[in-house]
Amino acid sequence: MLEFIQYEFMQRAFLAAILVSVACGAVGTYVVIKRIVSLSGAVSHAAFGGVGLGYYLGINPVLAAIPFSIAAALSMGAVREKVKISEDTAIGILWSVGMALGIIFINLKSGYAPDLFSYLFGSILTVSNTDLYIMLVLDIIILLIVFLFRREFLGVSFDEEFFQVVGLHSTFINMLLLALIALSVVVLIKVVGIILLIALLAIPAAICKQYTYDIRKLMISSTIISTILTSMGLILAFIFNLSSGATIVMVLAAAFFISHYIHE
Amino acid sequence: MKKMSSNPIELVDLSFNYNGQPVLKDINFKVEEKEFVAIIGPNGGGKSTLLKIVLGLLKPEEGAVKVFGQNPNKARELVGYLPQHSHFQRDFPIDVFGTVMMSRYHGLFKNYTKNDEKIVLQALQDVEMEEYRDRQISRLSGGQMQRVLIARALAREPKLLLMDEPMSSIDPEMQNSFYQLISRLKDKMAIVLVSHDVGTVSMHVDKIACLNQKLYYHGPAEEAEEGLEKIYHCSIELISHGIPHRMLKKH
Repeated sequence: MLEFIQYEFMQRAFLAAILVSVACGAVGTYVVIKRIVSLSGAVSHAAFGGVGLGYYLGINPVLAAIPFSIAAALSMGAVREKVKISEDTAIGILWSVGMALGIIFINLKSGYAPDLFSYLFGSILTVSNTDLYIMLVLDIIILLIVFLFRREFLGVSFDEEFFQVVGLHSTFINMLLLALIALSVVVLIKVVGIILLIALLAIPAAICKQYTYDIRKLMISSTIISTILTSMGLILAFIFNLSSGATIVMVLAAAFFISHYIHE
Repeated sequence: MKKMSSNPIELVDLSFNYNGQPVLKDINFKVEEKEFVAIIGPNGGGKSTLLKIVLGLLKPEEGAVKVFGQNPNKARELVGYLPQHSHFQRDFPIDVFGTVMMSRYHGLFKNYTKNDEKIVLQALQDVEMEEYRDRQISRLSGGQMQRVLIARALAREPKLLLMDEPMSSIDPEMQNSFYQLISRLKDKMAIVLVSHDVGTVSMHVDKIACLNQKLYYHGPAEEAEEGLEKIYHCSIELISHGIPHRMLKKH
């Protein structure tokens, strides 16, 4: 039964599960408490433009997605600050324009992309060592930024106007938070894919938020819960020969409903 | 004559438009040190906007704003603020102590200190909320929440305290202790209180300013009757409690 642990691709997959969970615990907590889940969904879909650009330029699509999704996140932030359109509308535009750009980049290259599906829906079983290194470095950057700016992130998530009054540069902090979401999107792409990753960002923190009101405990418990659930999804996908990204999302959703039921 | 720069608030010929609509017009307004001023006027009369200009959250099209002789953004260290509407989520993962602690923010990479904790506890004591310090904010009543927000404004140790409709969600029993608190604070700071409800202002304030787009009256509370009549002339239905001059001290 447990022989799958011996496979090297499975070991890598479990490592990937831990690495994505760190990003989910730290950044997912802000996504949930600041109520920017759909904004984060837009950033994740926009990242597909970066994946397409990577194909077009012949470089690692995940690496290409880093500057691209950060740029997308920051332009979203700039739109929010400057232009008088509703955030809802801006989210819809960013969402589809990013995807469209990705498809056009892929068309321009050859009209054929071998593992496109793994970026859209994730493929934790094909995670390479390079992917793991990229995820590890991004995780370290994410944790460092969260640690250094924890007071500011808490402030803009809680009561932005008041925090501005006590002297915070809220535009900068909001932009930084969006960039942080972009980075965690990149961490998650390989595991659950662009289309599904918002579930992994939002659900662990949403589960844990029912049980604690201490933000540090919320981050740590979200990371642990996310690791457990992602691993469970991974094992189920392996046993039943299902798509890993979709199975992980279904396990997360089931856990969310169960925890909600227990909490009530 | 007093030096101009020492005044907590100094507005000169100030105008502000919102989406092309004038909200404030030709406002000249001054608050002196340790003065307790109430700004009254109907809803939509520009009261909250005026406070936000003093806080530097909004920039006026015309005129000058000086807070302690400085640009409002520079003077934020000296100002405490109680907003009319808070936009935060009540189920946010934060307790009472953490909420008040936010107003001790010192800037990037600077930690809160032991002294900050002492000040926060003192502010919670001032509003009689210290026993709730570890409570998550969704488990507070509306009146308790309002007291926490007053504590948050006080923990700034301000020289100027701006309060936008402070009585709006305070329970009736709390009103008396609120005015007791204010009278203790009066010796330490200038206080500006905004209200659409003349009744709440009662006899505690030094001066009243009547605002409805323009500043109709600014002076001692006892002589405010005429100003009140002017601003409420066409919009008497906006007052929620009775006739304005009944509320004021007879002279």
